[in-house]
Amino acid sequence: MAAKTHRVLPGFGLALGYTLVYLSILILLPLGGMILKASELGFGQIIDIALGERSLAAFRVTFGASFLAAAVNAFFGLIVAWILVRYPFPGKRFVDALVDLPFALPTAVAGITLATLYAGNGWLGRYIEPLGIKVAYTPLGIVVALTFITLPFVVRTLQPVIEDIETEVEEAAATLGASRWQTFTKVIFPAIFPALLTGFALAFARAVGEYGSVIFIAGNLPLISEITPLLIISKLEQYDVLGATALAVVMLGLSFILLLSVNLLQWWAANRHKNSEPLEVAAGKANGASA
Amino acid sequence: MNRLRQSLSAILLMLAANAALADVSLLNASYDVARDVYKDYNPMFQKYWKQKAGENVELRQSHGGSSKQVRAVADGLEADVVTMNQANDIEFLAEKGLVAKDWARKFPNNASPYTSAMVFIVRKGNPKAIKDWSDVAGPGVQMIIPHPKNTGNGRNTYLSAWAWALKQPGGNDKSAQEFLGKLLKNAPLFAAGGRDATTTFMQRKMGDVLITFESEAEMIAKEFGKGEFEVVYPSLTMQTEFPVALVDKVIDKKGSRKQAQAYLDYLWSKEGQENAAQNYLRPRDPELLKKYATFFPAVKTFTVDDVFGGATKAFLVHFKDGGTFDQIYQSK
Repeated sequence: MAAKTHRVLPGFGLALGYTLVYLSILILLPLGGMILKASELGFGQIIDIALGERSLAAFRVTFGASFLAAAVNAFFGLIVAWILVRYPFPGKRFVDALVDLPFALPTAVAGITLATLYAGNGWLGRYIEPLGIKVAYTPLGIVVALTFITLPFVVRTLQPVIEDIETEVEEAAATLGASRWQTFTKVIFPAIFPALLTGFALAFARAVGEYGSVIFIAGNLPLISEITPLLIISKLEQYDVLGATALAVVMLGLSFILLLSVNLLQWWAANRHKNSEPLEVAAGKANGASA
Repeated sequence: MNRLRQSLSAILLMLAANAALADVSLLNASYDVARDVYKDYNPMFQKYWKQKAGENVELRQSHGGSSKQVRAVADGLEADVVTMNQANDIEFLAEKGLVAKDWARKFPNNASPYTSAMVFIVRKGNPKAIKDWSDVAGPGVQMIIPHPKNTGNGRNTYLSAWAWALKQPGGNDKSAQEFLGKLLKNAPLFAAGGRDATTTFMQRKMGDVLITFESEAEMIAKEFGKGEFEVVYPSLTMQTEFPVALVDKVIDKKGSRKQAQAYLDYLWSKEGQENAAQNYLRPRDPELLKKYATFFPAVKTFTVDDVFGGATKAFLVHFKDGGTFDQIYQSK
């Protein structure tokens, strides 16, 4: 008789069964239904709908703006997370709580507020529009709205990871003669890179599906500032459920491919980091390089 | 324990009393801005029906975008009646077999108890001197409207301009399409909906002209002050209808046909028509229209049936994917 392994939570069979049922009902069933509905159209027809001029323009706007927004947040979110973890300052808890607000705010409210701020006579718009930077009712407005709603993803993913990097590691690197830049690029960055990618992927995925906050600031001009979710709603307004489903399936497919590649990249980065050398050795290497 | 039992029975008694109060309940699925009209109308009908049939009617309302509401009803929202702002929404329910095919002939006036018209809202003093559709399409003018493909409001504007262009000397479909191309170029954005367009124009001070329902002008006056803008009536514009229908499938199941029929019939009564007028919707009753002449200046209108052969046909030709709207936006 093989010895029974003891786990903290008993009942693997039960837990796995629960997991599968739960995921099936919540995720597989709706998505499967969507794909089933789309299969009423032939593959060729789906491609035709997806390659229409307006759809193509909308895909470009949606994925382009989402990518930019996620990239902006990857950079600035990293700074925010770093400051929040590493530096004490008055009102820190307050600032920390602010980060989550985009999660709680109804997205339409966010969109209307941003549009008011950035309109030609808004608090911000009145100063930047004379400089030739038009935000409201342009594709740039879409990026701003998406950046706003996806900020928490990057910050909240990075915070625990940065907390896990002990300051001793940095001190060790410094003791071994690494410059600040070397400490960052060789010691800190590799440790947080996988989490940064996760945050980026989450922000990107959220942005691609966003509707409420965008339509109020986008301007919604065909071929210029229409996002794919708007086209989907537009098709539903025409009672063209099949057409809407086709667009949704294409969007889902594209997002899935992108997320999968980000995940693979993240997995590769995490493994490389784990398999290479412990942090202290890396710090030592940095020292050798500088010597 | 005793107290708990007491309060429980009190609650139960209250529930029972409530149920006894209402003999029948009706659900009216309606479009967004109809909230005010029916908020005033419902108590009037309750009083009338109590007197006439001795029954207490509980009236429930559900509001949302017109097409969204209709989809909800098609998907099983148990509405007894639908009161919408576009005929093609009810047409959709007729196709699905929830509403009689000849719903438009079941009530007078094409089953639309009141109407409105598309008008121009311009800034105080009309600085760009906008009088008619040709001015809106003129150089340097910015027009604010909601998305013509996704909103009734935007569609009505588009169709009004199209009909006006058709009626010009030598006007035909081609010249109308060219005119619409010029007009739509003057839209710096397409708002998400009617209220979003109003906010953009009034609050964010974008654009020279907002095109919307006549009835919205009063709402704007209430919200932003009368001195902020002027209403301009173009030489020809669309008479917009607000069709109503019984949802046969639901009322037959619930046995509420009598009450639902009365609820809609009463919209054409003196009281119902007066209520519409007070909510700035043009009543069908000619006497009342005269009485409220200051609200409703005479304007030359066309109906979508006259010019486009019905709302559904207009929709198929102009707004369906690949229709004239999309053709205008096709890059060459």
